[in-house]
Amino acid sequence: MRFLLIEDNADLAQSVAARLSLDGHAVDVAGSLAGAEDHLAVAGYDLILLDIMLPDGDGRDFLRLHRAANRDTPVIVMTARSEVSERIAILDAGADDYLTKPFDFNELGARMRAVLRRRAGSARTERSFADLVFDPLTATLRLGDETRDLRNRELRLMEIFLSAPDRIYSKDQLCDRLFSAADAVSDNAIEVYVGRLRRKLEGSRARIETVRGVGYRLTAQ
Amino acid sequence: MIALPRFRSIRQRLVVLLLLAAALLSVLLFISVRAIAWASVEASQDSILGAATIAIAEELRGGEESVLVEIPYAAFSMLGSSGEDRIFYRILVGGDTVTGYGDLPLPATEATGLEPVFYSRPYQGEAIRLAAVGRSVLVGGVPVKAQVLVGQTRSAQAQIIARMSSRAAALGMGFFFLSAVLALLTAQAVVRPVNTLAEALGRRGPQDLRPVRRPVPDELDPLVAALNGLMARLTAALSRTETFIAEAAHHIRTPLATLRTHAEIAQRITEEEEVLARLREIRRAADDSSRSAGQLLDHATVAYRTDQRAEEDLDLRGVIADVLRAAEPTAELKDLHFVVSVPDGPVPIRGDRLLLESAVRNLVDNAIKYSDGDDAIDLRLDVANGLARLAILDRGRGLGDRQGRDLTRRFTRGSNVADVVGSGLGLTIVREVARAQSGTFRIENREGKGACAILSLPLA
Repeated sequence: MRFLLIEDNADLAQSVAARLSLDGHAVDVAGSLAGAEDHLAVAGYDLILLDIMLPDGDGRDFLRLHRAANRDTPVIVMTARSEVSERIAILDAGADDYLTKPFDFNELGARMRAVLRRRAGSARTERSFADLVFDPLTATLRLGDETRDLRNRELRLMEIFLSAPDRIYSKDQLCDRLFSAADAVSDNAIEVYVGRLRRKLEGSRARIETVRGVGYRLTAQ
Repeated sequence: MIALPRFRSIRQRLVVLLLLAAALLSVLLFISVRAIAWASVEASQDSILGAATIAIAEELRGGEESVLVEIPYAAFSMLGSSGEDRIFYRILVGGDTVTGYGDLPLPATEATGLEPVFYSRPYQGEAIRLAAVGRSVLVGGVPVKAQVLVGQTRSAQAQIIARMSSRAAALGMGFFFLSAVLALLTAQAVVRPVNTLAEALGRRGPQDLRPVRRPVPDELDPLVAALNGLMARLTAALSRTETFIAEAAHHIRTPLATLRTHAEIAQRITEEEEVLARLREIRRAADDSSRSAGQLLDHATVAYRTDQRAEEDLDLRGVIADVLRAAEPTAELKDLHFVVSVPDGPVPIRGDRLLLESAVRNLVDNAIKYSDGDDAIDLRLDVANGLARLAILDRGRGLGDRQGRDLTRRFTRGSNVADVVGSGLGLTIVREVARAQSGTFRIENREGKGACAILSLPLA
């Protein structure tokens, strides 16, 4: 997907962009509201990530203009303030959702999916692997005519494997990406979720292999 | 200056001062009424005495060798009419006493005309009042000076004076009591604006820092101005606190976000187990400090909002729905779902929306954080006995061996949660919000497994 990141802190902007591109997204960075307008004038985006405190204005003003101009690109606001009043003001101004800095990219992913689902937007998120079609937005796997629903952790596990098929992931790596530090994770959690995903993949040519002593990988037969 | 005792109350001070003034005026009234009475009684007695003396003097007849004196008894009966006083007289001709009491004291200057000279002297152990007149009488064709003195004891006069004095005293007392009543009423009237101001301020909630606008007497203006100044400074300090909280949040959270993102990137691009372990710790520390910072700022916000409560009429169901909508994606990450049961009708609460959302959000966050995943989190809102009761039940690890009350203490965490990021402030915030909204909060182990948090708030 294509993101526009509007954030004046260059360090943060650069790291967020780098992190998103690891997931295969294209990211343009604007350091100010004026810069954002320049980008929006020439390119279409699937999602805008917006900081509230910007050098040439308030992100809420951008939201109002954005909505007034009838542009329907969804906007997720990144705010340093966690208070509800701030959130209400942001949502009232027309944001689709908000994230409190610092945020977990899993959470960003979840909110992004929720926003895109709500808006039933034009973003194409489907990916094919072997004889499967995976749609993270609707959290489904399609095998021929059959549609299988994925639960959230299964979905993210699928995303991780799909981002680099045939790559071997260790349990710790999967753990790091599937859970946040705030989660209480049991020792066999990864086995549990891999087991569930395997059941969802049954009947397809895709399978998750256990590489003994190393980890797991997704392969197509 | 009279040193006045130091009164704690203006009213008391005013009453005492007014009573002192009234007492002084009453005494003056008594003294002057008595003095006037005295003077007028004396004047009337003197005129009788004078008339009697003149009557006697006019009866003096000159002769060839001496003076003929015929005491007109009418004169004495005139005097005698005024009580049981004793009457003395003395008639001198050419300096010799011809009749009467020879030792009756003479006036300081000899009386020469028919205009009586009055004077008071002690005589025979009593104070007497005397009148003296003089005239010339022809004795053998030669004018000789004659003097007539008439004296009278003053018991009748004293009686009249005593009677009048007691009336004056009664008048004075009456005057004093009337003044006392008026003083009390005056003091009350003077103190009333102070009392009304105090009442108006007292009726305010402790968080109401609006300036005082009610009209007050000019004398109270400086006090009210000082009060308003203080309130303005307090409000400014509170709003500085708010600005500070916002800026602190920005300056703490932005670098933490950068740090966390870099750690995540590094985690993604390295294969080294050792490095991954380190990065995991970095991410965890960043999460830990961002959560602590968030909770500290939240706590500060709650404290600040508690001091400056912005109450509004709310439907608690709306508050819960908003919190759940925001928490949904986080819960979804763990495949948790909310099972919500709320009454069909509105659940009206009067309170600060931000405080209530903070409390509910903390409880929902906790339920998400401590649940293992693939579970339901129950939210049950019901209304009974004038209370709205929100129960949040999870199937997480519960409270361990700690009591719910301990967990609401600042920075106290359960003994069973060392592996989960947390600040130990969440339940403190909930408890403080409950307190600020006149409600109660408790948390306990749920039967079977998990925790049950109950927030009760009075209905509007």
